[in-house]
Amino acid sequence: MADEKKDQSVLGDIGALAKGLKTTLGEYFSPQVTLQYPEDKSPRSERYRGRHYLRRYDNGLERCIGCELCAAACPVGCILVIAAENTDEKRVSPGERYAKTYEINMLRCIFCGYCEDACPVQAIVLGPEYELSDVSREKFVYTKEKLLEPLPPDVQARLNKSEKK
Amino acid sequence: MSNIYNDPIGHWVIVVVAMALVLFVLLTATAYTVWFERVALGHIQRRPGPNRVGPWGLMQLAADGIKLAFKESFVPAKTDKVIYVVAPTLAVIAAFLAWAVIPIGLWYNFTYWIADLNVGVLFIFAVTSLNVYAIVLGGYASNNKYSLLGGLRSAAQMISYEMSLGLSLVPTFMIVGSLRLQDIVGYTVHWGPYNGPIPLIILTPIGFVIYIISAVAETNRTPFDLPEAEQELIGGFLTEYSGLKFVMYYLGEYVGVITASALATLLFFGGWYLWFVPPVLAFFLKVVLLVFVYIWLRGTFPRLRYDMLMRLGWKVLLPLAIVNVIVTGVIIVLVQG
Repeated sequence: MADEKKDQSVLGDIGALAKGLKTTLGEYFSPQVTLQYPEDKSPRSERYRGRHYLRRYDNGLERCIGCELCAAACPVGCILVIAAENTDEKRVSPGERYAKTYEINMLRCIFCGYCEDACPVQAIVLGPEYELSDVSREKFVYTKEKLLEPLPPDVQARLNKSEKK
Repeated sequence: MSNIYNDPIGHWVIVVVAMALVLFVLLTATAYTVWFERVALGHIQRRPGPNRVGPWGLMQLAADGIKLAFKESFVPAKTDKVIYVVAPTLAVIAAFLAWAVIPIGLWYNFTYWIADLNVGVLFIFAVTSLNVYAIVLGGYASNNKYSLLGGLRSAAQMISYEMSLGLSLVPTFMIVGSLRLQDIVGYTVHWGPYNGPIPLIILTPIGFVIYIISAVAETNRTPFDLPEAEQELIGGFLTEYSGLKFVMYYLGEYVGVITASALATLLFFGGWYLWFVPPVLAFFLKVVLLVFVYIWLRGTFPRLRYDMLMRLGWKVLLPLAIVNVIVTGVIIVLVQG
């Protein structure tokens, strides 16, 4: 083995070791790349696909018209929509029908965003939250009540911008 | 204050107190060496290292210790039960015994020691090489092929590097003319206007290089950690050890690192003398810097292959150490006439 290396001098070998030590010492004093996760979070893009939200119109009516196009578009079938007729006494959405039940099974959802693309009235959108862990399976079936929570302001701003175009 | 050693009762009192204190300081120092190693390795890899438990992660080792203490101490079937327990104990005993003869200057004229042997360095080498028994017996008793291979590798490695380790210090003894650690630390020169202690590394630089390489090999640290070799041998002799017996091996390894650094401080860097810095602080600083060198080497170099390890030990370090002894002898004869 030693014969193969005859062209390399001992000083060259020692220099290589010194170079290695210099590199690691340089790294020692370089800024760290670690993100202190629960305190600091990495920035997410404005089109990040996290948990879903159901939107309302400014007058408080729900946008969803119960057409089930989102459920049809969903590749894993995690969306359940049961529609009901709007009446003059009980008007939930501006269309003929509204979603009486709207459930998303978050354990199945693959966050592809096809439901958002399929929706003819832009009722369902994907927000930025990704920390969705919970302690029981039942809690992962997001009901209409949870989905109708107000949107985070930055998502609202992004939607307003795209709707003006 | 050093007169207290001349009084027989005072001597015993101070020795017992010192033993208790050394045990406490060493155990704490070991914990923080592990913390320091993890943080320094982290920085080398651009990570912060442990920083969650307590301020700057300083309580990390307390958390780890509690966890390890409450772990199931699993003993595999068909092991040699007695040797299996004795081996890690031996590792700790060997590691701590060395501190019996290491003197430390505490305050300006007060130096502490437990035993003032006139063959102090020899004693340290004698007890630290007991560590090889701990590893070989641990590997043998575990009834596991990986453990046995790790133990055997370790035996060969430690015997090979012990020789260059011992020979690397011979020039120092030749210059000082004593094996007593206090004489070596207190070695003074009269060079023209300068009159006082010097770091002996000025006179024995090659000896120091051989010493630090051999000491890394002797304490089974990366890049010479073949006995453990996680990737090839699972954990070598440590494979079948868990809980507090694992802690004992770990403790032995890190006390060994501190011992090797303290010995290098005493033999090559003038011990506790550093301008006007208080002796304890000077000693502490030097030891910490040398421990950092250990960690730095670990963070930089990959593990040597087994044949490379043997070649480095027998064909490079041993001849170099012998030549170093001969050349130093010739120079001493020439200078002293």
